[in-house]
Amino acid sequence: MTTQRNDPVPVNDFVDGVLKRNPVFVQLLGMCPVLAVSNTARNALAMGLATGFVLLMSNLVVSLLRRWVPTQVRIVTFILIIATFVTIVDYAIQAISLDLHKALGAFISLIVVNCLILGRAEAFASRQPPSRSILDALGMGTGFTIALLSLGAVRELLGSGSLFGVRVLGESFQEWTIMMLPPGGFFVLAAWLLAINAWNSRSFRPPTVKEAV
Amino acid sequence: MSGKEPGSSVGGIESGIAGADPGVVSPLRIYAVVLSVGVLCSLAIVATYEWTRPIIAENRIAQRRRAILDVVPQADSIQAFAFDEEQQSFRPVPENSDDGGLVFAGFDDSGDLVGLALAARAMGYQDSIELLYGYDPASESVVGIRVLESRETPGLGDRIETDEDFLDNFKRLDVRLADDGRSLMHEITFVKPGEKTEAWQIDGITGATISSRAVAEMLRESTNTWLPRVQSSVDKLRLETGGGSA
Repeated sequence: MTTQRNDPVPVNDFVDGVLKRNPVFVQLLGMCPVLAVSNTARNALAMGLATGFVLLMSNLVVSLLRRWVPTQVRIVTFILIIATFVTIVDYAIQAISLDLHKALGAFISLIVVNCLILGRAEAFASRQPPSRSILDALGMGTGFTIALLSLGAVRELLGSGSLFGVRVLGESFQEWTIMMLPPGGFFVLAAWLLAINAWNSRSFRPPTVKEAV
Repeated sequence: MSGKEPGSSVGGIESGIAGADPGVVSPLRIYAVVLSVGVLCSLAIVATYEWTRPIIAENRIAQRRRAILDVVPQADSIQAFAFDEEQQSFRPVPENSDDGGLVFAGFDDSGDLVGLALAARAMGYQDSIELLYGYDPASESVVGIRVLESRETPGLGDRIETDEDFLDNFKRLDVRLADDGRSLMHEITFVKPGEKTEAWQIDGITGATISSRAVAEMLRESTNTWLPRVQSSVDKLRLETGGGSA
């Protein structure tokens, strides 16, 4: 999907991942952790960073090995590499904070099956030099983290009146408990997609009208 | 980074191996690549495991200590005990002991026993649930639970940790022993939500029946086994001097 680019500015690899090709809001990849662990801003940030780290390391290694891995076994090799870094992240989070590990639960191990990571390995890192692959991973990881955070912040704010565990709305605020539950993830994701698509179509409409005329 | 790297095949379909038709890679080469990647990955995992293991073990003990202080809040110091099946008695062990079935006794600053914390574990909805419960030997009741490990469904099963009404079950759960001291007068029983009438019953949670029943079951099993042992030697549980201050 990125192979058509002849853009000499590699910074675009980064910016695209955050904006034009945002993995969550544009590509709609990796929805499972997006919906499941975005119930608080802290969980969302931790999940975003963990996924970003796995993405960065797997992109780097896949890119370094791209000339040696025969095409027949490339998926196996990519999954092996991704699973290794997920396991490493799992241990690292347990060492940093058991509470955090408890909050993220099974979703840390499920980073393995996040299609975003295999997608980037297959579509980008296996065809590009390490420097561009790193930029791509950083962009995608940042985009994923921002998306998770924007869901997590809204859900925590509405669902428990706090942000990163700090109470920001007054005591009189009635919590929307459903925002903390799985349906809340769908509601907030839909609201964000609506807002982003509305914004995009607003800024794109004038040229298309002119072209039609 | 301006030009295309030779062999990186920007715009191509496969990166493959330079110059070779993907159809005729020797099987030996395929094995060699997958094997060596596998070995390297295993090495990386083992290294990380060895590096983080002591830190994680320390975290677990700290987490357990916080949980013990939650269920035995009056305690100033904690001493772990392991049960000796042959002698039917408890012996003090270091807090980081690997023995299963540890009992943690909390003492106040004058060295009097103020409560005990016991661990229980059972299969929940997804994976095993492990919890600590506080036991007050004076009133012979369970005085609180704290979940140590659970992977129950977020928003449903994990309410065993957050649901106030459910946790109220364990603030004064009757686990008195029968007169012979060898079994409970009334086993802990699990009832449907809102049907609790007796002090030894546990009200379930609507929508989290399996998880809340698992908690009740593991408490029943653990109290049946451990409370007769604990109660019969409660006078002998003493704080080891020098060890286990909170």
